[in-house]
Amino acid sequence: MKNINNNTLNISSLNHWYGHGEMRRHVLQSVSMEISPGEVVLLTGPSGCGKTTLLTLIGALRKVQDGELKVFGKQLYGASRKTRQNLRKNIGMIFQGHNLLRCLTAEQNVQMGADLLSGFSYKVRRDQSREWLRAVGLEDHLSKLPHDLSGGQKQRVAIARALAARPKLLLADEPTSALDSSTGREIVDLLKKLASEQSCSVLMVTHDPRILDVADRLLQMEDGQILPSV
Amino acid sequence: MEFKNFFKKRKIPLAWLLLTRQPLRILVAIAGIAFAGILMFMQLGFRDGLFDASVTVHKLFDADLVLISPRSKSSISMSGFPRRRLVQAMAHKDVTGTTAVNWNFLLWRNPENLSTRSILALGFEPSKPLLIDSDFERKAKTLKNKGRVLFDDLSRDEFGPISSWFKSGKVVETEVAGKRVRVSGIVSLGPSFGADGNLITSDETYLELSPGNPKGSIEIGLVRLAKGSDIEKVVRSLNISLPSDVKVMSLKSFIDFEKNYWKSSTSIGFIFTLGAAMGFIVGCVIVYQILYSDVSDHLPEYATLMAMGYNLRSLLGVVAREGFILSIMGYIPAYVSGQALYALVRSSTKLPVEMSFSRASIIFCLILFMCMGSALAAMKKLADADPAEIF
Ligand SMILES: Nc1ncnc2c1ncn2[C@@H]1O[C@H](COP(=O)(O)OP(=O)(O)OP(=O)(O)O)[C@@H](O)[C@H]1O
Ligand SMILES: [Mg+2]
Repeated sequence: MKNINNNTLNISSLNHWYGHGEMRRHVLQSVSMEISPGEVVLLTGPSGCGKTTLLTLIGALRKVQDGELKVFGKQLYGASRKTRQNLRKNIGMIFQGHNLLRCLTAEQNVQMGADLLSGFSYKVRRDQSREWLRAVGLEDHLSKLPHDLSGGQKQRVAIARALAARPKLLLADEPTSALDSSTGREIVDLLKKLASEQSCSVLMVTHDPRILDVADRLLQMEDGQILPSV
Repeated sequence: MEFKNFFKKRKIPLAWLLLTRQPLRILVAIAGIAFAGILMFMQLGFRDGLFDASVTVHKLFDADLVLISPRSKSSISMSGFPRRRLVQAMAHKDVTGTTAVNWNFLLWRNPENLSTRSILALGFEPSKPLLIDSDFERKAKTLKNKGRVLFDDLSRDEFGPISSWFKSGKVVETEVAGKRVRVSGIVSLGPSFGADGNLITSDETYLELSPGNPKGSIEIGLVRLAKGSDIEKVVRSLNISLPSDVKVMSLKSFIDFEKNYWKSSTSIGFIFTLGAAMGFIVGCVIVYQILYSDVSDHLPEYATLMAMGYNLRSLLGVVAREGFILSIMGYIPAYVSGQALYALVRSSTKLPVEMSFSRASIIFCLILFMCMGSALAAMKKLADADPAEIF
């Protein structure tokens, strides 16, 4: 499959339904959008409008039911489980909760990301992990367990972990919602800075009006549809 | 694997970290596996020890062939046959010597507390070979005086402190079957299933101790052959030439005959194997519980890893490795405790229970199987890890 316009993401007429029969609900209705390399796109919209659903489809975590969805030029409609699995290695994900592994230290958590890279020795991957933690300002907390870190620090580790796998697309679902506003601002700035250094595209879902200015582009969603940009 | 490749492949040891960062869980798992392992070591050790013990005396006989009555079923129910058969066997050109052995249980009085207990008594002509033991001939000479016996110092303690008294130079006298005897020497045979203790005496003394024994009747005939004889061939030709009131067999068949009796005619093998199986099942349940709850507790984390791009196979590998680590960590204490308990059993029951390599490896395989099987069952839970549900 050729990637005609080299976009990171191409979506056209994407539909998604939940449930069956009477309970069947049309949560994504003919969604079309694209993201070009290095672009930072923010997605907002009322609760329940389908933002997370869209993110999980892009992240190759759900099967595409109808429509076109290409990530790095790879068609996800009808893609095999293996294709989706391999694609995930190139997509970084940052969750609302930090979702760190409780039994691993900050450094080891980041290395779980770095370990997805092939062709590097253990030592190189470890050094890279430390480098990432330094980049997010946690060089003094390398061997702390998530349990001993604050909410903001955990989210920084999560960012470092997502970037350590050198993704070309970063998906973030309300990464600041568990943080106070000034910490949230720091985290988003950091995310944008590091992503642009890697020329990694970002698609971030947020409700936080104070961070909208980091976006190159703003998308608004309502009732499963993306509103025409203003 | 190439060394360089190892560092390329090496990853965070997730299975190890998952286990070691949850000390309570791993302790319970190790205790469970070790318990199962110890149970298996004990049950199988007892089983093999009992079977081995049933032939402690048999193995020591200085013989190539053995004659017994066809009615004899085991060492605890030996029937007699005419002693003449041994003389007839001597007629065979390959036979170089024979020993007639009387074999029966008699009552021994403990000289310390005067209680009585059944002991296995062997009677034989002291001038003839009986046991393969370099020092035995010298001891056998002391039996030429009437009323003398050799006492087995591996007999259970209930027979009295015979060997320590004897070794301290004391004259040890007691009653066997109500008649006075004196201990004139000490041998080391070992108790068996049927006999808690053994004594050896001359045929004359034996007849005095059990006057009811029909004259000229013996329970076991030992036959020695010339070097290089074909044992099986002699067995066949003797079985043909001798009357049907005796059965001729090689010493090895005689040993197997005895072991088989305990294996097939008693539930010992079944009971102890069942005991070991119980240990195995208990271990399976414990390891499965531990691994299943471990997977359940970490389900969101496994889902996160899947979202990051780890495939299901590598996560199944984590669970499998947890199972493997647990099997090693559980086996080591089981092995060490097994050794200690075997020593305890040897000293308190005098059963020849040893840690054999084959048993040690069989139990290792069982524990490995137990842990890997449980890991396999716990992996089913991983299917519940849905990366789409973690956002
Ligand atoms: N697994 C599911 N099965 C059935 N319905 C679902 C499922 N996940 C979400 N939904 C429904 O689909 C709709 C869209 O959900 P989604 O989580 O995408 O919304 P959202 O925009 O992320 O909302 P929020 O801002 O609250 O996170 C909601 O009405 C939700 O109830
Ligand atoms: Mg959502």
